[in-house]
Amino acid sequence: MEALLALLFGTLFGAAIYLMLARSLPRVLLGLILLGNAAIIAILAGGRVIGTAPPLVASGETLLAAGAANPLPQALALTAIVIAFGLGAFVMVLVWAVWRETRTLDAEELRLAEPPGLPAAGAAAAAAAEPPEARP
Amino acid sequence: MMASRTDWLLALPVLLPLGACALATALHGRIAAQRLVSLAASALLLLGAIALVAEVVARGVIATQAGDWPAPFGITLVADRLGAAMVLITALMYAAVAVFARAEPDMAGQEAYWHPLLAALVAGVAGSFLAGDLFNLYVWFEVMLIASFGLLVLGGGREQLDAALKYAVLNLTATTVFLVAIAMAYGLTGTLNLADMARKMPAVENQGAAGAVAFLLLAAFGAKAAVFPLFFWLPAAYHTAIAPVAAIFAALLTKVGVYAMLRIVTLVFPEGQGWIGPVLWVVAAGTMVVGVLGAAAHWEIRRILSFHIISQIGYMIVGIAIATPFALAGAVLYILHHIVVKANLFLVAGAIRRAGGSFSLAQLGALWRRDPWLGILFAIPALSLAGLPPLSGFWAKLFVVKSGFDAGWYWLSAIALGTGILTLYSMVKIWMEAFWKEPPEGTPEFLLSGPERLLMLLPIAALGLVTLTIGLWTEPFAAFALEAGNELAGREAYIAAVLGGAR
Repeated sequence: MEALLALLFGTLFGAAIYLMLARSLPRVLLGLILLGNAAIIAILAGGRVIGTAPPLVASGETLLAAGAANPLPQALALTAIVIAFGLGAFVMVLVWAVWRETRTLDAEELRLAEPPGLPAAGAAAAAAAEPPEARP
Repeated sequence: MMASRTDWLLALPVLLPLGACALATALHGRIAAQRLVSLAASALLLLGAIALVAEVVARGVIATQAGDWPAPFGITLVADRLGAAMVLITALMYAAVAVFARAEPDMAGQEAYWHPLLAALVAGVAGSFLAGDLFNLYVWFEVMLIASFGLLVLGGGREQLDAALKYAVLNLTATTVFLVAIAMAYGLTGTLNLADMARKMPAVENQGAAGAVAFLLLAAFGAKAAVFPLFFWLPAAYHTAIAPVAAIFAALLTKVGVYAMLRIVTLVFPEGQGWIGPVLWVVAAGTMVVGVLGAAAHWEIRRILSFHIISQIGYMIVGIAIATPFALAGAVLYILHHIVVKANLFLVAGAIRRAGGSFSLAQLGALWRRDPWLGILFAIPALSLAGLPPLSGFWAKLFVVKSGFDAGWYWLSAIALGTGILTLYSMVKIWMEAFWKEPPEGTPEFLLSGPERLLMLLPIAALGLVTLTIGLWTEPFAAFALEAGNELAGREAYIAAVLGGAR
């Protein structure tokens, strides 16, 4: 079972890296989401698959019965899922806002924060290369 | 069991900003009340942090188990000298930017979001400094990260969207790598508690896998700390944020990464991974050189300062790479000095922009004639950054460079000294262009005056005073850093405080 999870982790991680190396922003976003899922698989595999029964302690007992799943990775995975989901949603909105403002989804064309003319040889040339100030 | 004084001291630095975040969110749009929340929370946090440092100095490492779940099973909060001092300096930064932001013109219309996000950022940073286990560290990293995303786009400029996208994608990748490293560390040792892991990691049979964990953690924290060659997100993002946001980012975010590296290298992997020192040697040298050369190539104040953050991180990595108690003390002193100085420089940049109308050096000039006070308040952190005696940067650099010579790493110390000279070049460049030369035709007259000027210069002067105090009255700070270095190198006190049930 761990071998299968490891294989799945590798596949997801590889696909995520491949997507994130693309210039297209939606692909980068999909890559990020896959990367988050790969990490969650890694947590589950790291905790070993020791059983599949729900990890509930029966009344009167102090230990889990044999065959119960490891509860800790599940708690960690749940936390990680929530965080990955929230941050994924934020990046999605960010990509949409970039599209709305610049009409481009090509990462190479996004040069607003780092304009092509910089670094420049002198103060005047550098000031000319800066984008016109967007804020009043 | 009733919560003791120690429990409260350790929980407050997290609870206070979290409470302030909730309160400021509930008061959305009622700016006066939100301002009061920020100021009150930062003042209380400052008092709490001072009490925490006093407690740690008096009693050594202190720890508490949330909900009384015994370590290593529950959530542990730990403070040693390093952690407590970091919390104190965080509180100081919180107060400084909270005051400065009231005068920041770009903040108009954004303040309703600024207050809760700032509090959340501080909660994440303070939590990171006190977290006693790896997964909690990850959660606090994410709290800090999501708040910083929101803060970075405050102001709504187009270039900020570009910056935020690069910042978000590269930082999310780094934290995901961190998460994979956590999964592997848990798989190897069966624990996430740092003290417990410190005991179990040397006994791991597969030391190759332990090395992989160490490498992944260093890569993830290194990306956070903006070290060579993982720093690209920083100069792409920091210069677009509005001044108080840039100041709190420059002060705290990269230093959380450095702190995490320091903790992991000294606590979990002090032996058995011989490659860490040489690898960090290269990283430190590359970070110092690339950062300072990048700064020399730019002519916009915030871009220059952003590259200097990178270059200064290199000095801290020198301390971690050498890892003798004295070198670690140097790293601690450097972090504390750097947070104050760098935040102050970004605040000064905000004041310069207000006084001179621009961040571009070409469009500034004659500020010394118009406002000598601003010039003096710029000179203190700028010369301290370059490491001129008798300011704080001199002592921090002295510690780091001397530890390099003591360890026989002469080249690294030489690079550190050369970087200092180039830092001075950048600072003199800002001075000559912004304060000394005649301004170009048609520059507006002096704009910074009245209560706005007071609100901007007050936190700058306060932070400058801290720099001067560390510089002129070094003894207690150096002694504190040396003790912190011994504590980090010794690590037994930390492990005993967490696992020994000592309260």
